[in-house]
Amino acid sequence: MKTLDRNQIAARVARDIPEGAYVNLGIGLPTLVANHIPKGREVILHSENGVLGIGPRPAPGQEDEDLINAGKEPVTLLPGGAYFHHADSFAMIRGGHIDFCVLGAFQVSATGDLANWHTGEPDAIPAVGGAMDLALGAKKVLVMMEHVTKGGASKIVERCTYPLTGVACVHRIYTDLAVIDVAPDGLRVVEMVEGLSFEDLQRQTAAPLKLAAAAKAA
Amino acid sequence: MIDKIVPTQQAALADVPDGATVMIGGFGNAGMPAQLIDALIEQGAKQLTIVNNNAGNGDTGLAALIKARRVRKIICSFPRQADSWHFDGQYRAGEIELELVPQGTLAERIRAAGAGIGAFYTPTAYGTRLAEGKETRRIGARDYVLEYPIHADYALIKADRADRWGNLSYRKSARNFGPIMASAARCTVVQVRETVELGALYPEEIVTPGIFVQRVVRVAPRAALGKAA
Repeated sequence: MKTLDRNQIAARVARDIPEGAYVNLGIGLPTLVANHIPKGREVILHSENGVLGIGPRPAPGQEDEDLINAGKEPVTLLPGGAYFHHADSFAMIRGGHIDFCVLGAFQVSATGDLANWHTGEPDAIPAVGGAMDLALGAKKVLVMMEHVTKGGASKIVERCTYPLTGVACVHRIYTDLAVIDVAPDGLRVVEMVEGLSFEDLQRQTAAPLKLAAAAKAA
Repeated sequence: MIDKIVPTQQAALADVPDGATVMIGGFGNAGMPAQLIDALIEQGAKQLTIVNNNAGNGDTGLAALIKARRVRKIICSFPRQADSWHFDGQYRAGEIELELVPQGTLAERIRAAGAGIGAFYTPTAYGTRLAEGKETRRIGARDYVLEYPIHADYALIKADRADRWGNLSYRKSARNFGPIMASAARCTVVQVRETVELGALYPEEIVTPGIFVQRVVRVAPRAALGKAA
């Protein structure tokens, strides 16, 4: 069985993002998706601190502390890019103008609930940032994550045990094992990695799965 | 003659009282009014309620204000960061109160205050612990949470250029919270890189019209802000 590494998951997500899409990539793992959008496909990246049209990292020495992304990393602006204030930026998100948002997750439930902001530990200092707005506002919310935790527990669950970021907000899940849609009647497996059987996938998933009619090996 | 330009940041902040609610612009170091924060520390006002996206980074700026124990409460979306140690320590010791607000709700509550809106319903945070105890309402096919505006006594923001009427232009993503905070405070104090003659800013490039600004101070650039942290 060939599990996908982080870059391969990111490349798989990038395949689903079409020309002309407005996309917000969450902090961390999802930012890898930008590296896999094919040359020539125009995709406009949004950053919630107030930038549309984010380009690649600046060359060393070319960083500008006034031009950063939501992860506070230095970025560049593409020709056609724009700056705007925070309320406008979140109007784009909450108002349904962002086509795709890609987020990491601790857990996703069978009904598309998302938990990605808080581990629930009593002494943890909570921090939410834009996660709750992104989870609710984007037209399509895509989650990319490892299928199971380092301890082997399924991150796809019947009900999230971690505090929720949003209710019934996830549309599609990309893991190192499979691509899974959150459908009205439950979780539908769209793709599995080569050499993985549906039964094996179900064994590693703590919520019931269905095999979509057109499911195929990636 | 209208002249909102004041000679020093000390003069611009001389009247901030203890217990004031102070909005501070910036997202990380981009747009953070570092020289105004330094002046606020020097000025000595305490028991402040601070509104910012974060809770300070490293040892400078907002982190230094927290370190100086001038902050009673912070309203923000993302306090916990790798280098937010001054906030972390006081929060864990129960010495600083935290009101955690989703980032878009924070921005909209500030905007609402500046726009005279009494309250608004947002879908963000519905069904989560950040909506616990709040009024909710189903509108159409969607559930919403009632949120109230955040007003401030002072807003401290950073812009790029200003004229004597207080018209402002910003630089790149340093704009972030500046325009909405300027509208939400009774007294908005702006630090700028450059002051220009009236008419030198194109009307089209003025992002914050001077009606939202009370005081402007030109500050000398600070070398390598944040890099030392």
